[in-house]
Amino acid sequence: MEEVPHDCPGADSAQAGRGASCQGCPNQRLCASGAGAAADPAIEEIKEKMKTVKHKILVLSGKGGVGKSTFSAHLAHGLAEDENTQVALLDIDICGPSIPKIMGLEGEQFLEDNLGVMSVGFLLSSPDDAVIWRGPKKNGMIKQFLRDVDWGEVDYLIVDTPPGTSDEHLSVVQYLATAHIDGVVIITTPQEVSLQDVRKEISFCHKVKLPIIGVVENMSGFICPKCQRESQIFPPTTGGAEAMCQDLKIPLLGKVPLDPRIGKSCDKGQSFLVEAPDSPATVAYRSIIQRIQEFCSQRLPEGENLVGS
Amino acid sequence: MEAAAEPGNLAGVRHIVLVLSGKGGVGKSTISTELALALRHAGKKVGILDVDLCGPSIPRMLRAQGRAVHQGDSGWVPVFVDREQSISLMSVGFLLEQPDEAVVWRGPKKNALIKQFVSDVAWGQLDYLLVDTPPGTSDEHMAVVDALRPHSPLGALVVTTPQAVSVGDVRRELTFCRKVGLRVIGLVENMSGFVCPHCSECTNVFSKGGGEELARHASVPFLGSVPLDPELTRSLEDGRDFIQDFPDSPAFPALSSIAQKILSETPAGLS
Repeated sequence: MEEVPHDCPGADSAQAGRGASCQGCPNQRLCASGAGAAADPAIEEIKEKMKTVKHKILVLSGKGGVGKSTFSAHLAHGLAEDENTQVALLDIDICGPSIPKIMGLEGEQFLEDNLGVMSVGFLLSSPDDAVIWRGPKKNGMIKQFLRDVDWGEVDYLIVDTPPGTSDEHLSVVQYLATAHIDGVVIITTPQEVSLQDVRKEISFCHKVKLPIIGVVENMSGFICPKCQRESQIFPPTTGGAEAMCQDLKIPLLGKVPLDPRIGKSCDKGQSFLVEAPDSPATVAYRSIIQRIQEFCSQRLPEGENLVGS
Repeated sequence: MEAAAEPGNLAGVRHIVLVLSGKGGVGKSTISTELALALRHAGKKVGILDVDLCGPSIPRMLRAQGRAVHQGDSGWVPVFVDREQSISLMSVGFLLEQPDEAVVWRGPKKNALIKQFVSDVAWGQLDYLLVDTPPGTSDEHMAVVDALRPHSPLGALVVTTPQAVSVGDVRRELTFCRKVGLRVIGLVENMSGFVCPHCSECTNVFSKGGGEELARHASVPFLGSVPLDPELTRSLEDGRDFIQDFPDSPAFPALSSIAQKILSETPAGLS
């Protein structure tokens, strides 16, 4: 994964290999020959690899800090509670890989019984190491994760993503294009500053033709542990996810309240579903997980028609 | 030794401060906006450059969404958010035809726009230019640091929330700052506790203490903890001036102290 020039026009652009900034780039000849415009052979290789993966779910948001990794981790935990279900969790947030910490796997081996996890976090030797990579290098890592990790027989592959609509998102969609993504779960918090970004993410999903399983509204209300009364820490000033989903005709999978024990569990690397089984947040998570399983079970493995669509 | 860059459109800008985090959703845009408002109340002229191309939050926070950007003689004219023209703003948000339009760009295209935002916006005379960034340590961050380097930024304000998952990412951001030679002015811990409006019990919704500990570990100044205040969220959603409307808020002292720190680093008369 060599460095590319700062002003690289992109290997698949019309200017590939021909731009002024291409002079001196090790890939110049390759790009100018039009090879970049041809399909990446990795896409076929990944399609092969993915044949043993029954269902693929992406967890997205436009916004940072809404709980994508928390949700991805708990979706994985929830599905893996059935020991006959093989679950894989792939963290493609290259700059801010939170999954190892949330899964309690820092510095240890990354396979757990029926739950496998992969993240760039495992490849960093120190918690202070920064991954300061431009787009092309991040794309290369994502390709490696999909193509070179031996996923084996997996019932659910969950892909946790960074916030935004950029290289990582384009790459994962591109590389999994022929391997059939079941759908996308979109995470938001109730306030407009989040919904604003999430609407863009929904536009992105429509643009790249990704089916949307539904939206999860996280941090939806807070119950004071002392007086048990509810407050809105992140007020749904424009109607929250409910209004947005009605507007855009997308299912609202559920609303998860803010329980301070969630953050604590994540910090300790424990499953919140096990640590706080009685929390209204756990109830919400379980119902959402069930809806996701139902959605996936309506989509049969690749090559067969969808039931009842 | 690099030749001194043409100051151009940044010639009239006295101090540049970047607002960074490794982590998303910790409040970079919120802190940038509140800092701008606080500096304005201290009589300063402030510009905000929003280089979060995928999630540009600042226009709405200053009630400037949907405003048009015009081309002047020396470049793009930034959007003034108030009549006195004491706060100006540039964001990709102003260049979108539809507010829900997604900017789905790969790195190189993002880099090109950020370079333009730095060199082609006619900022005029400013006391402070605050640069709000997206989470991470990638294209946008490298592009903006490279573009600003010849203009000697004052440094970076780094924002975290208390819990370990945030601190884990922010540690990496501090490494980024070290690697690119960007001085860390200080670390801010946001969302530090929530006071229940019904019974006044303070709950550590996102854990406790991580920010201060990180500052100690990384030997950077700790600028304070900003608690969660739904009034702050509401006022940002509505584009109101929180500093003016809520001086009694529990968040106010911490936000003022951050502004004071910036002001004290740059005494009047020194550039």
